[in-house]
Amino acid sequence: MTDDIGVLSAPLIIEYPFSRTTGPVIGAFLTGLREQILLGIRARDGRVVIPPTEYDSATGEDLTELVEVGPGGVVDTWAWVRHPMPKHPLQVPFAWALVRPDGADVGFLQPVDAGSLEAMATGMRVKPRWGDEREGSIHDLACWEPE
Amino acid sequence: MPDITLPASLDGVELVRSVRTPARMEYTYTAGVATTRFLKGLAQGKILGERAQGGKVYVPSRGADPQLGVPTTEQVDLPHVGTLVSFCVVNVAFYGQGMEIPYTSGLILLDGSDLPLMHLIQECPVEDVHIGMRVEAVWVDASDLGPTLESIRYFRPNGEPDVPVRQPGEGVTW
Repeated sequence: MTDDIGVLSAPLIIEYPFSRTTGPVIGAFLTGLREQILLGIRARDGRVVIPPTEYDSATGEDLTELVEVGPGGVVDTWAWVRHPMPKHPLQVPFAWALVRPDGADVGFLQPVDAGSLEAMATGMRVKPRWGDEREGSIHDLACWEPE
Repeated sequence: MPDITLPASLDGVELVRSVRTPARMEYTYTAGVATTRFLKGLAQGKILGERAQGGKVYVPSRGADPQLGVPTTEQVDLPHVGTLVSFCVVNVAFYGQGMEIPYTSGLILLDGSDLPLMHLIQECPVEDVHIGMRVEAVWVDASDLGPTLESIRYFRPNGEPDVPVRQPGEGVTW
């Protein structure tokens, strides 16, 4: 038995090609993205929630009333990404932000391409930037940019 | 399922029903010194086990005796024949399978070793595969040998009579 052996090393890639059914509510949300329309859903207390959920977060009751919101919105809070990772939606420095579209009562996590850290501010107005080829996926909404 | 109400702007539009959500992870797998010894053995057409202090022979060895935690010290050039101690007939297709179904995965306890190896069982109809069957390794051509378990193409029945196989739990000493 020799100790002076070179240790073997090789790439290992694990990939699962999942597809999943969306259900009627998320399906409608993704349909909206494909058609460049943002959809929230009206909760039992009257608030509009985006992305829409099938059930009321407080009572568990079915929610059924999808509501068009946006397209503009407000940045409620954000964090700046200096060094994007390969899987990030933007390959330039950008912000992860909670974006609250006009007419919605909660924000949802979205990338904002503001160009620079100095251009980001809580409360700033943003508008969606749509992907060129949309197929009914969250990626149809490429990111948000200053209005 | 409750009926949902859509805004008029989506009237007559075909609804999305499913999405593709692939998950992918990329690693560099480093074999470690003991597994490297095993893999380099395969590249030479050998199946190398390692003997632990207590006498048990592990293949592939992880470099330490799992009972005592001490390094395995002696390499053992194992024969290429053994006994099928467990098996699974795969009848369900899955992504990345690369095998025609049905096929058999087996645990093969090589003669002189104490830890079964998992490999394919071929040249035997799936309905004839059974525990206790004697099998032998079928290797790739010498020019195709490499530091991979794929240097062994599969195991096949070698025609020897069946041998009794300990059932799980039988003879366990720790």
